[in-house]
Amino acid sequence: MTDQLTHDPGMRQTLKGKRRTSEKIILIGLFACGAISIATTLGILWELGKESLLFFQDPQVSLWEYLSGTIWQPQAGSFGIWPLVLGTFLITLIALSVAVPIGLAAAIYLSEYASQRVRGFFKPALEVLVGIPTVVFGFFAVTFMTPLLRDIFGANVVGFFNVLSAGIVVGILIIPLVSSLSEDALSAVPDSLRQAAYGLGASKLEVSLRVVVPAALSGIAAGVVIAMSRAVGETMVVTLAAGAAPRNFTLGDDPLSYILSPFEAGQAMTGYIVITASGDLAYNTIDYNSIFAIGLTLFLMTLGLNSMSRRIVKRYRQVYE
Amino acid sequence: MSVNAPERLIETYFPTDEEYDRHLGKRTRRGFLVRSLFLLALIIAVVALVTLLYTIINDSFGLVAIVNQQEPEDIVASLGHDSEETGLGDLSHDELVSILQGGVSTNVGRRLERDQRFYEDRLVFESEAVFAEICSSAEPPAGCDAAPRDQASVLQLVQERIVQPDIIDVEELVPSLTSPEEFQQRVEQIFINSPERFGEYTFDQVQFEWRAWLNPTFVRTPASGTPETAGIRTAVLGSFWIVVITVLFAVPVGVGAAVYLEEFARPSRLNDFVQTNINNLAGVPSIVYGMLGLAILVRALEPLTSGRVFGVENANGRTLISAGITLALLTLPVVIIASQEALKAVPNSLRQAGMGLGATKWQTVRSQVLPVAVPGILTGVILAVARAIGETAPLILVGAASFFTADPTGPFSRYTALPIQIFQWTSLPQVEWKHLAAAASLFLLIMLLILNAGAVILRNRYSRRPS
Repeated sequence: MTDQLTHDPGMRQTLKGKRRTSEKIILIGLFACGAISIATTLGILWELGKESLLFFQDPQVSLWEYLSGTIWQPQAGSFGIWPLVLGTFLITLIALSVAVPIGLAAAIYLSEYASQRVRGFFKPALEVLVGIPTVVFGFFAVTFMTPLLRDIFGANVVGFFNVLSAGIVVGILIIPLVSSLSEDALSAVPDSLRQAAYGLGASKLEVSLRVVVPAALSGIAAGVVIAMSRAVGETMVVTLAAGAAPRNFTLGDDPLSYILSPFEAGQAMTGYIVITASGDLAYNTIDYNSIFAIGLTLFLMTLGLNSMSRRIVKRYRQVYE
Repeated sequence: MSVNAPERLIETYFPTDEEYDRHLGKRTRRGFLVRSLFLLALIIAVVALVTLLYTIINDSFGLVAIVNQQEPEDIVASLGHDSEETGLGDLSHDELVSILQGGVSTNVGRRLERDQRFYEDRLVFESEAVFAEICSSAEPPAGCDAAPRDQASVLQLVQERIVQPDIIDVEELVPSLTSPEEFQQRVEQIFINSPERFGEYTFDQVQFEWRAWLNPTFVRTPASGTPETAGIRTAVLGSFWIVVITVLFAVPVGVGAAVYLEEFARPSRLNDFVQTNINNLAGVPSIVYGMLGLAILVRALEPLTSGRVFGVENANGRTLISAGITLALLTLPVVIIASQEALKAVPNSLRQAGMGLGATKWQTVRSQVLPVAVPGILTGVILAVARAIGETAPLILVGAASFFTADPTGPFSRYTALPIQIFQWTSLPQVEWKHLAAAASLFLLIMLLILNAGAVILRNRYSRRPS
């Protein structure tokens, strides 16, 4: 029997040449599943592009005004993107100045100092923070952070809607992202480097800050850029806490202390999209098209940040044996 | 040319013992200080988490000062029940309808009945003839087709129309515990300062009671325009439907794509592109998916997503199915990447053994590789579900109605979702809404906790299986 199977050339031939239609179909089906992701990307690009084009074709709008204008007032026909970009920028800046020091320090502690037990307590706590929906963070910003800031700085200084509260809470939201990506980078540094430094008489702090952190810098930087992209795209906290008024300004007339004030309201790009889209938005209106133009701007920004992060890793990563 | 070492004493190269000790002390102190700072950063992160949970719990419970138009105890007693044992919520559907009949005017009753009937087979306020006439008119009211009200819905009406609770003021949990008398004084002060605000009420009528804003009635009752009677039932059901649709779409497609990329795809430019593309999609802000859903699912595919093709009467594509598919696209990268990791972790020997026995590639994948990868895939799925439950921004774009009180009836019905409800309540100024938003947030967090615990249990169970 076995002899027949292995030595009969005819039998081998039939198995080899057999067409397996069902396998082919399955393979095509599986590829189609993968292709859906490409369709999604194309869909995003196509729809954002198409509606943005309609937006810029509108006689009220000019591309130049969109890219250079500092007044965003759709009712009055002013479509300058800068007030919304300013809101996003301020919130992201505040968020990063909260998240990067805390997240990085936490990562260094977890990777270099913490005992197994300490890690076992803190790591799950940070993971819980990742799992909390952003709208709950938004609630937290409005009911806790804003009143707290108004108590500290005075209710006449801090507006009910302000970018500081939104920025701090977005910062809290991205701490786990910064810390986990940084920790990955730190623990990828080989132990031989640490041991060499200890051998030269360095203290633990010197090993961490002068040897391990510089060696992991590319990974840390990539993580920070990813966190930045996340902060730019963050929506619910920003919508609830930073208000629905774009911070319109005129360069030269308005003092910088107003333009950059963290205590005033400042609608972000994502906030504008949500506020405009809530309620039944009529198709083919300038409002409808404007959210796609802003969406495209947002998409390009985050895409740029994400590919920048990948490039940092590729270019500066130190490869150890 | 020779290089001469500068003539220096050996002491200048190395510190003296004294200097060494001083220097070492400084380094040690600095090390300790900075180490404490690092630990402090970690503690700050945890304190932020604790503060967030504290805020939510603090706002979910507490004292309320309330005035009822009619006391629920009296209503229950008037029906012959013991008001000590029976609450309003324990009454039957028939009893609640009879309370309504006794308490609201016929006109109001008719209007309520036109919105939604009380019984499937009979009418309470309207006569059959008139109702039939209204229903055959050009624009029939919702009550003609909708399913009749259930007990929870009638209970809500009794609360709204008969009991008519009016919340004067609310207090958070901690001050309610530490200084309840301060709250009473505050309420009394409100009455002294502006007696006209409350019409005929006096301070003596005010009842101070403990309220858990998150309670069974809150979960059972539909949304409402007044905070006293609002609940999250509509939202919870909506979220549940969305998650089911999301899973039905995202899991097969996500696992399929992962199997293709890990098991079948040969390195080629196209396959590389698919992989890069998936990684890119994982970084796209969720709101952009919402815009994709709005433009394609809600608008372009409106005949399909509104269910018109399937014979469902619907005005537009802002339906559960649009929301579910939008979130499926959003969670797809999560599912794919997690499944890929799970497939990568399957040892190659299993594949080789399968192939060696003469199985085809697909047979090997189906019966050897996939079963081993199930726990990892499952983790990815649960992560995706957790993400889908909490997503808010894309749902706003694909038209989750922020105020909608009817239970969803199928994939083509309009809906609202739990995070949308939280968002809406948070943005309202009145203080009661804040407590409702907190209670809804608490409910959402409890759901996520259960989900994650389920993931851990499932994973442990599967990973014990010999592989």
